[in-house]
This record gives sequence, C-alpha cells and structure tokens, in this order.
Amino acid sequence: MEKVLMKGNEALAESAMRAGCRFFFGYPITPQTELAAYMSKNMPKVGGTYLQAESEVAAINMVYGASAAGARVMTSSSSPGISLKGEGISYMAGADLPGVIINVQRGGPGLGGIQPSQSDYFQATKATGHGDFQVVVYAPSTVQEMADIAYEAFDVADKYRTPVMILADGMLGQMMEPVALPQPKDPADLPEKPWACTGHGGKRPHNVANSLYLTADALEKLNVERFQRYEAIKAAEQRAESYLADDADIVLVAFGASARVARSAVNAARAEGIKAGLVRPITLWPFPEKALEATIASAKEYLVVEMNMGQMVEDVRLCIEGRRPVEFYGRCGGVIPTPAEVLEQIRAIQGRLNDAQEKEGE
Amino acid sequence: MSESESKVVFQRPHALLPVVTNYCPGCTHGIVNRLVAETLDELDVEGSAVGVAPVGCSVMAYDFFGCDMIEAAHGRAPAVATAVKRVHPDNVVFAYQGDGDLASIGMAETVHAATRGENITVIFINNAIYGMTGGQMAPTSLPNQVTQTSPYGRDVATAGFPVRVCELLSSLDGVAYLERVTVDSPKNVRKAKKAIKRAFQNQIDKKGYSLVEVVATCPTNWGMTPQEAFEWMRENMLPYYPLGVYKDVEADGFANAAEAAAARAAACPIAQKGRE
Amino acid sequence: MERELQILLAGFGGQGVLFAGKCIAYAGLMDGREVSWLPSYGPEMRGGTANCSVTLSDAPIGSPLVTAPNVLVALNQPSYDKFVDEVVPGGVIIADTSMIADLRLRDDVECFGVPATQIAEDNGLGKGGNMVLLGKLYEVTKFCDWDTLVEGLRHCIPASKAHLLDNNIKAIKLGMEA
Repeated sequence: MEKVLMKGNEALAESAMRAGCRFFFGYPITPQTELAAYMSKNMPKVGGTYLQAESEVAAINMVYGASAAGARVMTSSSSPGISLKGEGISYMAGADLPGVIINVQRGGPGLGGIQPSQSDYFQATKATGHGDFQVVVYAPSTVQEMADIAYEAFDVADKYRTPVMILADGMLGQMMEPVALPQPKDPADLPEKPWACTGHGGKRPHNVANSLYLTADALEKLNVERFQRYEAIKAAEQRAESYLADDADIVLVAFGASARVARSAVNAARAEGIKAGLVRPITLWPFPEKALEATIASAKEYLVVEMNMGQMVEDVRLCIEGRRPVEFYGRCGGVIPTPAEVLEQIRAIQGRLNDAQEKEGE
Repeated sequence: MSESESKVVFQRPHALLPVVTNYCPGCTHGIVNRLVAETLDELDVEGSAVGVAPVGCSVMAYDFFGCDMIEAAHGRAPAVATAVKRVHPDNVVFAYQGDGDLASIGMAETVHAATRGENITVIFINNAIYGMTGGQMAPTSLPNQVTQTSPYGRDVATAGFPVRVCELLSSLDGVAYLERVTVDSPKNVRKAKKAIKRAFQNQIDKKGYSLVEVVATCPTNWGMTPQEAFEWMRENMLPYYPLGVYKDVEADGFANAAEAAAARAAACPIAQKGRE
Repeated sequence: MERELQILLAGFGGQGVLFAGKCIAYAGLMDGREVSWLPSYGPEMRGGTANCSVTLSDAPIGSPLVTAPNVLVALNQPSYDKFVDEVVPGGVIIADTSMIADLRLRDDVECFGVPATQIAEDNGLGKGGNMVLLGKLYEVTKFCDWDTLVEGLRHCIPASKAHLLDNNIKAIKLGMEA
C-alpha cells in the first residue's frame, strides 16, 4: 500500500473519517489544532459535519447527542480541554454511548504549557469524570499506529458501547512519519444501532438515552452490569508490544512518545551488553497485565519511563505486586527525556544488579 | 346513550405516555408537556421527533414523551439537540428546559445554538426558581424575591439582575422566532399552544432557531397555592417578563432567519458573499 | 547513503525550515526508509525561531527529537550558536553565511558555509535560501538519489504551487555547486 507522509494529528483525523466517522465537534487548542483543521477541510468533501463548538463542554455534549442519534462521532482536544470534557464523557459512559475522544496531551496542571506531556494518564485511566466508570484508552506511539488505532477505536466503541480515548501527545501529534492509511468504510455499511434515537417512526417503543437512575438499586444493578462488560474488555482488548523483553534483566515500561525514547535507550543498552527490554502498553485501560506478567520470570528489575511525575508506575507496581523493584524515571512540563538520560538510569540499575550479584558470590 | 352516539372530546395525546409524572400538584409543567405532545400529534411528527430533556424538574420528561428522548447534562440540551439535528436533519428535534438549565449553567450553549441558527425548537419554562433542588435563586428570580439562597430577597447589588431570555436572544441573527407566553388561563393556554405549534412548524419549514418562553409558576417552592401562585406571577413576573412576540422573521417579511440576517448585514460585503 | 541521518534544521519562522525538512523526509519515504519529521511548534513559530528534526534510518526510529544531530542545517546566527555544540563529532554543518556572520568552527565537525540567501536572491529565487542549503546538504551527504529527491520535492509542493518546482530544483542545483 502506498505510504504518505502525515502528521499524527492528521492521520488521526483521516483515519477516523475512513472508519466512517462523519461528525466532528471540537474547539481550538494547541497542540491538536491540525486535527480540527483537517476535519474542517475534509469533512465537507464527504458530506460530513465539522462544527466548531462554543466550548469543549459543548463539543463533548454534541458528541453525546450525535452518538445518541446513532452516528460515529469524534472530538479532539488537549489536556485543559479534556478536563472540560470530563462531564460529557461521564454522561456518555452512564448512557452507554460510544464515541472517540482524542487527547493530544500537553504539560499541566492548569494552563500548563504546550509542549508534549503524558501527565493525563491518571485522568484517562482512573477518573476521566465523576462516577464508577472506565473508558478504553489507547496510547499509540507512531503515526502509523495513530492511524490504525483511530480506525479501530470506533469498532471497539460500538462493540462495547463505551467511550474510547486515544491518548497521544504533542510530539506524536506534530510529527510526520510515513503512514499507510486503512480502507475507507461507507457509513451506510456500518452495523445498525437499534438503541439509537433516530425517531421511532411508530414502529417501536421510544428509545431513551439516559444516565439518570433515581432508585439506588437500579443504578447499582446497571453499574454492576457495566463492570461485567469491563471484565470482557479486560479479557479481550489488552494490547502491548514487547521488545527484547523475553530475556531482559531490566524491563522498561513506557507508552506513547516516551516508549520511543525508551526503545532507543534499550538499543543503546543492548549495544553495551546490558540485557534491557521494553514492554510498551498500547492499551492503558485495560492495562496490559498479561504482557507484563510474561516478563516476570526473567526480569530482575523494572524501569518505568514517563513524561510526567510518575503515574503509570502505580499500575506497573500493582501488576508486579512487590515481586521485583519498580523504578521510575520521568521528565515533565513538556520536557522530553533523551535516550541518553534513560540509558544512564539503565546503567545505574545494571550497576546495582552487578553489585548485588557480587555480594551474593562473596 | 348508545355506543354509536359516544364521541371522544378529550383524551391523552398519543405523544404523551400513559404514566404518572413526577410534577407537584399545581405545577405548570404538566400543561406545557401536554401542549408539546398535542403539537407532536397534530403535526404528525411523534415518529420522527427526538426530544432532549434537561436537568431540573422536567428531568424525567424522557419518561413522559412518547417520542425518542435523550437526557442531557445540566444546561447542555442545546448542544445535544444541535448534534441530533445535524445527524438527522429531517427529524424534528426539540429541547425542553427550565430557567436554571437554559439561562444559567447552559447560557453559553443556549446563545450559541441560537446564533448558529440551529433549526431546532426550544421550550423554555421560566418559573424564577430552581424547583428540583428545593427552591434556590434562579437566573430569572426577581429582584427582592425570597428563595432558599436569597433568604433576604434577591439583592441585585450582590446577586445581580434577572436575565430576560427572549430580549437577550432577540439580537441574534440565527433566531427565527421568539415568543413569551404563559398558561395561567384557558385563553393563555390556547395562545401558548399556538406559539409552541408555530415553533415546531418553523423547524419543519427550516426557518431557523425557535424558542417559546413560558412564564410559569412553582407553587411548592414559592409556598403558595396554585391560584395564589398565578396571582403572584401575574402581579410580579409579567411586568418584568412581558408576554408577546420578540422576534418573528416571517412576520418581518423574510423567508427564514438567514434571509433576515443577510438583510441586516446588507452593508457588509463579506457577509453578502455567495448570496447571489 | 546507508547510515542513520539525524538532521536538525533551524532558523527563523518563514525561512522555510520545516519545508526543507519535509523535502528530506519525503525523499526518505520514497526510498522506503524509516523517516520521522518533528517540528518545533507553538507561538515561537510565528516570527520567532523554528526548527525541525528529521531522521532517516533503516531501523525503526526511537525518539524523533534530534538531540545529537549528525547534520545541522543552520539558517541564522541564533540557531547556529544554539546548536553548533550539539553536533556529534564527525558530523556535518551546513550554514547560511549570508545570515551567519560569526561562524565559530569546530575541529571535529565539517562545516560548509554557503551564502544561501544571497545566492537565492541573486538568481531571482526569492526565499529559496532553504533550498540552496538543501542542495549543499544533498551534495555532501547524498542521502538519496537525484530522481528520488525531485520526486520527494514534487510531493511536498501543493498542486496550486506546482509552478514553483522548477525554481526549487534550480535552487538546489545552485546549492550543490556552491
């Protein structure tokens, strides 16, 4: 297939359209603006709708409405804007409405900065909004993967009737790489959504999209049922890439942009004879516990590399359950760690491992 | 009386489901719900209608209307309705909202749906109080009106002034039709019905954004009987919120809101581009 | 050219830094190599400094942010001063000497000074200084073959500006001869 050079932001947009998404609601914010601009240019060409909402809050509620009306729909923003979307995402989860939300992360908290960051990991995986719910979270690390995931995200969202978030960052959004785009789907060929509010036409009882349940028992029952669905997602949708991790003494765990840095560091470490490897979560929720568990036999120590103050490291520790040390190295505020910095960390760990081995030998 | 002589003179509209509502005795929501349902019946659009319910006393309107219904987050009904209408332009889409929902937390969504000229119908119940949460000050509570959160009366020096929604929206180019009505008497109910029907017909005729504001009562939280409440409303609310038509592009001689907007911007070259 | 090229291009916004980087990246794409292009972004792009990282490699690219370039293309003095010491020993610097008065040289890096802006202006090529530098870079590193470079260039120029292709090629050739 012919490859084209595309920005990550543009690849997300193009791929979403190819997945049959014809509705995009957004609000300008750096560094995701190319995505909205791409949609505004190209949606009209395929009879789709690009609407610049008055706010992120309005945009996500438009996503809620379009989803309730049965459409494949997407919105995108960057960190501060995602905070505003939290309300609508919670309502979507509560009403079992599918939809795709892109977060091209920048540094925070507050207005923060505009340089790449991964500091919305907690927000995406633990508490996107109020209430008992999860959203499926993908963390692509190449432009190709951004295209592939944006394409699949709509199917996953529809299958489980859940919001899906793609957690990118300013680096991935702004960079260009060669990408082979997926085959376009005709929205008319997508599976029907019998639950959607399309007008009953006198042919069925009315459909209702709603998240309000004033009876405690009823709400509990629905939440429990939804969490059973989450168990099915955990069983079927975990994704991760393992790179040189099979025999690794030191297993790095990193996602998205920081995984690219970690991969370079792993290569450099291997060149020095250090047995380093990388587990790269592609789904952040469900967290790829299975892929991590597979490394525990050989791993002596884990090193989590993130562009934040240490967020995913908590999930790694939950998986490892104290069986191995789990170290953390992170840069934040928009600073991108260099492979050399990460290599230093790997060397330090290797040094400790060597010392421990020597002591054992004494 | 034989069966052949019997004739139905009054019945529940088909678009109003045979369920018990959660409205308090004497509440005007019931009247307005019925007027909307009658309109859906008369225009024969229940099957293509999608309603958006608010957060407030009519939060459970999704259980009362027979058409497809979406429950929106507080204030976001215009954004939700916007999207539904964009997905299904040939369906009839309406939002049903109270004063806190429409004019406080959802003011941005209201103003922008209106100025975009979304071809939707909005029914706005203004009873000058937050009913569902137990009677707090609303954006439309009158000066000196006592509520749970303005126990000494609304002090405009600190709490500011009430919002007159029809007047506010009347300056926006996307708006086709605005009328303020009330439902305190059979005559006014008939007028309200006419306005609501017009607001739906406008949507079918693609005229632009239409909103009907119903000046209403809240006997429970006002602490009055239903009749006292109507009396208080007539005496205090109607002078502040005068009934009448605030915008009607059709009566002004335009085919729709867009035509009226173009005429208003006649001297602006860029606004006229592509209109020939 | 088989080795991995980690190229940093830096200059003022408006000098065509990002475009020159994109041309290199597209040529790499046409050659079927691994390619990444990463711009600086944000308010500084509008009139301030602009830089862009381009990596051409035969293995999957880790960080696309070039922090240790083996090629620096510097289009102005501040960019030269900022990045000259970042270049790895044995690397290459291409510098626009019509914009960089103080060309501080290093022993362990090969530096090619080209009065690119002047050359472009003298030849009626307007703001083609970036392409003149690209030509020099091409001549020094031969990061792809000629036809690939032209094809890459063709992809980078929007259809509405197709007439500019010849000028760009001319500028590149001037750079190669400079």
